[in-house]
Amino acid sequence: MKNNQYTEFYAQLEENIRQRSCPVMNAQRREAFLTFSAQGFPSTRTERYKYTDVARDFAPDYGIQLSGGVGESTEFCRPLSKADIDVTPYYNHIADTTDSVVALNTMLAVDALLIHVPSDTRPKHPIQINNILKGKQDTMTLRRILIVMERGAEADVIITDHAADHQQFLCNQVIEVHCDDNSRLNLYEIEETNLMCTRYSNVFIREGRDCSVRHTSLTLFNGHTRNSCRVQLAGEHSEAILNGCVIADKMQRVDNNTVIEHLVPHCTSQELYKYVLDDSAVGAFAGMVHVHPGAQKTSSAMTNANLCATRQAHMYTQPMLEIYADDVKCSHGSTVGQLNDQALFYMRQRGISLHEAQLLLKSAFITEVIDTIPLEALRDRLHFIVDKRMRGELSKCEGCKLC
Amino acid sequence: MEDVTREFVNKDYEYGFHTDVHTEIIAKGLDEDTVRLISAKKGEPEWLLEFRLRAFRYWQTLEQPSWAHLNMPEIDYQDISYYADPTAQARKDGPKEIDPELMKTFDKLGIPLEERMALSGVAVDAVMDSVSVKTTFRERLKEKGIIFCSITEAVKEHPDLVREYLGSVVPYRDNFFAALNSAVFSDGSFVYIPKGVRCPMELSTYFRINAMGTGQFERTLIVCDDDAYVSYLEGCTAPMRDENQLHAAIVEIVVKDRAEVKYSTVQNWYPGDKDGKGGVLNLVTKRGHLRGVDSRLSWTQVETGSAITWKYPSCILSGDGSQAEFYSVAVTNNYQQADTGTKMIHLGRNTKSTIISKGISAGRSQNSYRGLVKVSEKAEGARNYSCCDSLLLGSTCGAHTFPYMDIHNDTAIVEHEATTSKISEEQLFYCRQRGISTEDAVSLIVNGYAKDVINKLPMEFAVEAQKLLGVSLEGSVG
Repeated sequence: MKNNQYTEFYAQLEENIRQRSCPVMNAQRREAFLTFSAQGFPSTRTERYKYTDVARDFAPDYGIQLSGGVGESTEFCRPLSKADIDVTPYYNHIADTTDSVVALNTMLAVDALLIHVPSDTRPKHPIQINNILKGKQDTMTLRRILIVMERGAEADVIITDHAADHQQFLCNQVIEVHCDDNSRLNLYEIEETNLMCTRYSNVFIREGRDCSVRHTSLTLFNGHTRNSCRVQLAGEHSEAILNGCVIADKMQRVDNNTVIEHLVPHCTSQELYKYVLDDSAVGAFAGMVHVHPGAQKTSSAMTNANLCATRQAHMYTQPMLEIYADDVKCSHGSTVGQLNDQALFYMRQRGISLHEAQLLLKSAFITEVIDTIPLEALRDRLHFIVDKRMRGELSKCEGCKLC
Repeated sequence: MEDVTREFVNKDYEYGFHTDVHTEIIAKGLDEDTVRLISAKKGEPEWLLEFRLRAFRYWQTLEQPSWAHLNMPEIDYQDISYYADPTAQARKDGPKEIDPELMKTFDKLGIPLEERMALSGVAVDAVMDSVSVKTTFRERLKEKGIIFCSITEAVKEHPDLVREYLGSVVPYRDNFFAALNSAVFSDGSFVYIPKGVRCPMELSTYFRINAMGTGQFERTLIVCDDDAYVSYLEGCTAPMRDENQLHAAIVEIVVKDRAEVKYSTVQNWYPGDKDGKGGVLNLVTKRGHLRGVDSRLSWTQVETGSAITWKYPSCILSGDGSQAEFYSVAVTNNYQQADTGTKMIHLGRNTKSTIISKGISAGRSQNSYRGLVKVSEKAEGARNYSCCDSLLLGSTCGAHTFPYMDIHNDTAIVEHEATTSKISEEQLFYCRQRGISTEDAVSLIVNGYAKDVINKLPMEFAVEAQKLLGVSLEGSVG
């Protein structure tokens, strides 16, 4: 790949980007450019990118959209350039600046979306952000979202990804979430694009005291997806719940990489990731729980369960623990297997066809993740979508006015 | 409670003495001439020298790996002597005699080299520094057709066998330390069990580092032919020194149709002092190849010594229906570091593997489990169960788990579980209520925790291992 395709682009258009953007974002640009040009894309020899060939995903000659972007301001959401608070202490603060994909985003993103929930406030409705990939040529989009939850704030944020055109799209997304003491956030990411879409998502979450963050990532249809979620538990009595489910078939690839850092005592974390892989799909899961020295009374549980439906489907899983404190309870479990023969037999005995029985069992397997979602309407909708997805009906979306 | 467990964990290293015996040590440094010199000293044939030189040239192109969760002191490969022979003098005096000092040393280590004194059920190959001192019960084993001798002798007496299997499981291109070992390996054991023979006694090798400024590069090769069985034990100790001594070994095991090999290790190299000074760097490549149908291999290891342990005894399950097991207890205390685990590579149909790993960390030590379970596309019906638990004694130590699972087959069933915990106050309270002192209670709980693994060891070793657990944990914090 011409690794320099992006550095050259930046060198040529730096001024243009700077003019369109705001000072907070421009302040970080130069350093990101230096990091990116020094490192290039990570190879598969880099431990965290072992199962994803980044250079190949970024190799196509994508067009990069510099205008437009973030929509109108609402009560809680606005473009970063029109921020109602000083975002300097937040922007690019907890993102991993040494990561090349993040650096690329910082270097090229023109505007960002700010979701700011003031203290002791709770939006009446969940905040939904729909991303629709649309265009006449292969395009890379740079999406940047900054979520600032002030003391005691509560919110539900749903981010969905759709593709309206059959072009190669690459979405490079960085989300930073700052949770001040006592805040609560439910963040849902639902990906439903097409086989030609590539997605790189980096989510960084930092929690203060007595916070609760629930991050649910659902990959229902995609091309290549790489999701990374890093959580820092920096205040006592906080919790982090990371759930995810993946339904992949054909040539889809999904790589979920999570890191939970317990920096202080008395925090809990939970992870549940489930994969259903069919055809030649490839799934990867690498979860790390890092308990820092002194983070006593930590409680952490990680579960990764996977169903491989064909011989060509590959699953790589790495549930990891790094523990530097003794009074902790940490566990992880991981399984790879198939549908239970006895359960299938039971249903077939009762006149349910093999195909239908398999669908039922697969749906039930995934349901465990969806049932953890507290928003009832979303839960119901997802049950419906997952069922349709399992039947392979989703790619022909109905009722959508876009295509 | 912290004080009590601290006391419990601090007992001194028992085998830290040094034997004053005339040792012929070659000059420090490593180049092609060193490799040729080692080969000449051992009177090796041309093909083996070629093998060593190929390995050496390849090694020169490599860099020392740094991916392990270890803080490794820099190793100056030119500051090590690669060959030390404590038997040279004695060999000049009379060909059959063993230096009485060496006999005494092994007596002191509890490994009598005279057959009449030895435990009747165990044949021993005793290796000090770079040379095998003696192999007991050779004649009795020979009657059954079993070959048990040092690898140097095997090269001379059974060149065809050695040539066929050496490097067939761990090729010299495998990794940095394997290449180094292939270039400069000195002594180790060679075992061949012919078809249909059940080895009547336990075979064992005892490794001892004695000379200063040297490294030990052991090479062991075990071949178990069709329907044969052998149980092999390995023990090791070293004197207390301020320097870090290098131990880079290769163990290769070939298991054929319906054969079974049990390989047990009680590793008790000098772990360094309380401030982390000195100690052996144990960088080992161990691998078994289950070539035959329904073959079985089990690795059992009790790792209590070494300043640094980098060791992943692995199994390649290519025979249909083959079964592999890995049982490990790794104990680290003070400033010890261990990055150990296993690789189970399923290639054949209906293969099965079990991994039970128990880590115990105390003091300021770091203990990591790193394992790979790989199921290839053709490995129909593969089954794996892994369980790795960590026990933390103290708030300044670390316990880490890095399991990898690469599954390429839909019929595979793979499970992995891990937990991390400390000795709970409740458990201790329960024991104390019943009149058991805190020291005994901690010892009881630790031993109970490691029991799944200890039970897999042969009797004599199990007792030894149980004692060792107590010794190496003494003085750790609770």
